[in-house]
Amino acid sequence: MTFDGWLQIALYLALLLLITRPLGGYMHRVFAGERTLLSPVLRPVERGLYRLSGIDEAAEQHWTVYAVAMLAFTLAGFALLYALQRLQAVLPFNPQGLDAVSPDLAFNTSVSFVTNTNWQSYVPEATMSYLVQMAGLTVHNFVSAATGVALALALIRGFARRGADTVGNFWVDMTRCTLYVLLPVCIVVTLVFVWQGVPQNLSAYTDVTTLEGAKQLIAQGPVASQEAIKMFGTNGGGFFNANSAHPFENPTALTNLIQMLLIFAIGAALTNVFGRAVKDERQGWAIFAVMALLFLAGTVALYWAEAAGNPAFAAFHVDPTGGNMEGKEVRFGIVNSALFATITTDASCGAVNAMHDSLMPLGGLVPMLNIMLGEIIYGGVGSGLYGMLLFVIVAMFVAGLMVGRTPEYLGKKLEAKEVKMAMLAILCLPLSILGFTALAVVIPAGTSALANAGPHGFSEALYAYTSATGNNGSAFAGLSANVPFWNDTLGLAMFAGRFLVIVPMLAVAGSLARKKIVPVSSGTFPTDGGLFVGLVTGVILITGGLTFLPALALGPIVEHLSMLAGTLY
Amino acid sequence: MTSRMISHLRPALVMIVGMTLITGLAYPLAMTGIAQLVFPSQANGSLIEQDGKVIGSALIGQSFTSPRYFHGRPSATTGTDPKDPSKTIPVPYNAANSGGSNLGPTSQALIDRVKGDAATLQAENPGTPVPVDLVTTSASGLDPDISPAAALFQVPRVAHARNLPEDRVRALVEQHISGRFLGLIGEPRVNVLALNRALDALPPG
Repeated sequence: MTFDGWLQIALYLALLLLITRPLGGYMHRVFAGERTLLSPVLRPVERGLYRLSGIDEAAEQHWTVYAVAMLAFTLAGFALLYALQRLQAVLPFNPQGLDAVSPDLAFNTSVSFVTNTNWQSYVPEATMSYLVQMAGLTVHNFVSAATGVALALALIRGFARRGADTVGNFWVDMTRCTLYVLLPVCIVVTLVFVWQGVPQNLSAYTDVTTLEGAKQLIAQGPVASQEAIKMFGTNGGGFFNANSAHPFENPTALTNLIQMLLIFAIGAALTNVFGRAVKDERQGWAIFAVMALLFLAGTVALYWAEAAGNPAFAAFHVDPTGGNMEGKEVRFGIVNSALFATITTDASCGAVNAMHDSLMPLGGLVPMLNIMLGEIIYGGVGSGLYGMLLFVIVAMFVAGLMVGRTPEYLGKKLEAKEVKMAMLAILCLPLSILGFTALAVVIPAGTSALANAGPHGFSEALYAYTSATGNNGSAFAGLSANVPFWNDTLGLAMFAGRFLVIVPMLAVAGSLARKKIVPVSSGTFPTDGGLFVGLVTGVILITGGLTFLPALALGPIVEHLSMLAGTLY
Repeated sequence: MTSRMISHLRPALVMIVGMTLITGLAYPLAMTGIAQLVFPSQANGSLIEQDGKVIGSALIGQSFTSPRYFHGRPSATTGTDPKDPSKTIPVPYNAANSGGSNLGPTSQALIDRVKGDAATLQAENPGTPVPVDLVTTSASGLDPDISPAAALFQVPRVAHARNLPEDRVRALVEQHISGRFLGLIGEPRVNVLALNRALDALPPG
């Protein structure tokens, strides 16, 4: 661990703090329907979309209608994406002449991209045509992110409104997020990425003869435009197999810094949107503080594990100061790889700039635990905030039990319905992660895909279902997941992890919106101070820790202990 | 529920088609046009031409095995066996199939590989600790860079193979070290292809 390393972590957090309020303010205006700088250009497009779809933008929706609209949109997207993959061989923009995608892989990929997971069982540059990458995958990078933000807005409105029957209009929220928030930022970022060296073309792959006279085929494509939304929408699906470790996806230290900021940008800004909506920005900053604490804890642990390096190398006269560079890129080194791995799993991004399968045992524990906690540390766009608010509801419930009062948060009484729904959403994670992992490690169809033996093999399976259920999409990538058993069960896990959280969450939103505000009294628990931050952090860690510690003990913790004992597999 | 679903059918279909046209076609195609106009070299993969032929990309590593060249990092990329398409064989620096080794830290295969590579490198430059990036595979398998320590480590071998004074080769390496961005961000590194091209351009003796 170096001074320069700590400085880079500090710089990252400072830049994140710097963008939170301006972006939050802008998003607040956009979703309130106020005029912005871009309205003259975008408003006609927005209105055109509403007119063609027959949407009345002033009509608000009950939470059930909001949920059905979201599901209908997701289903339509799923069908179109599945069809595009199955038909790519006969469609244009396929200069490499790639074949149709197999049914189980097309199912897995479609679920993966409509749920904002972007798990990839395939090698993109050898599987997906440019048309699928653009008109299929890039589109869902946008709209699955916009869907997540829309859902968070519904819950925010639940807290902000009083005596209301509706939580907003799904179509309007989704459209505004795509047009006013995602698209403009992506246009600017795309150009910066191309300037730094990310390709943006529709050419066939380039055949070159290297300096030593060997043949090399260099994959190309419209990379930069997908890269921008891949990070900003916390999607994480790479244009290439190596994802953000590929020099064409992430060529320089500058692009790496921008990518890391883009992952957290909307998640951080939404805490501010939340604060503004409930008319007390400090409430948003308290949530930000919980996230920052957990983020720093993960970063320090991962940085420490990777900087320590592999003790087995010492016997071979390898310089021990270099840290664990297996599966890492020189331009990022230890600190930027550790930082990226923490960020991408705090959020539901899943892009990687280092191979998580080759992280040290405790280094690999951090990303897994981050996802298991529900990706609420800034989190996926939208899903991070609504996941965190569900934990806040549980924390307030615990606080209420301790003092024997009906719990409340921001003036809303939290009653049996809200607490039950919040627990239901939180419990679906361990059910899917632990249930599917248990299945995969006892049947041959599951174990035959593992690349590493011993506890690391178990970690590969555990990571896969954690990533899929959490809609993260990163992997211990040694796993050969492109077979029907894994494609199908991971697809189901992604589906469960997305929608079994969303529906109870929307129910909470609807129920909260109807409630009146309880006036603040001397007995009200202050939710903008250190006690609140500590309580919520504690509830998150205890819930995550108690639920997943046994599984983690069988994987990374056993592996760490056997590494110290010099056992190899 | 069903009738509600149907009332959402039109917005769902129109919206997904509209978003596909905007974000899936107009956006990437417009970006491609602008990028090709403003940054044509980068937009096409930062390709390097030498004597009218494309010899690689400035951003993509290549496999170097001759003692006359600086070597990049070990690469774990694979490809199909030209003799038997059903088999996968190691093809280092395969830029059409990027990826890492995905070996965990307690993997016997990893430790055996590192042990062998470290022994070979030790023989080449006895007494100097082997820089870790020379015995570990990169995440992409296409890492264009090595650390300054890894480049300096190879100076004796390259100088000997080219019959050049070590000082001269060392000076060339030092010229090719790129520092951190703004002196702070990222890590210092040496682009192997650029260094080897400069090496080829050195006048003999």
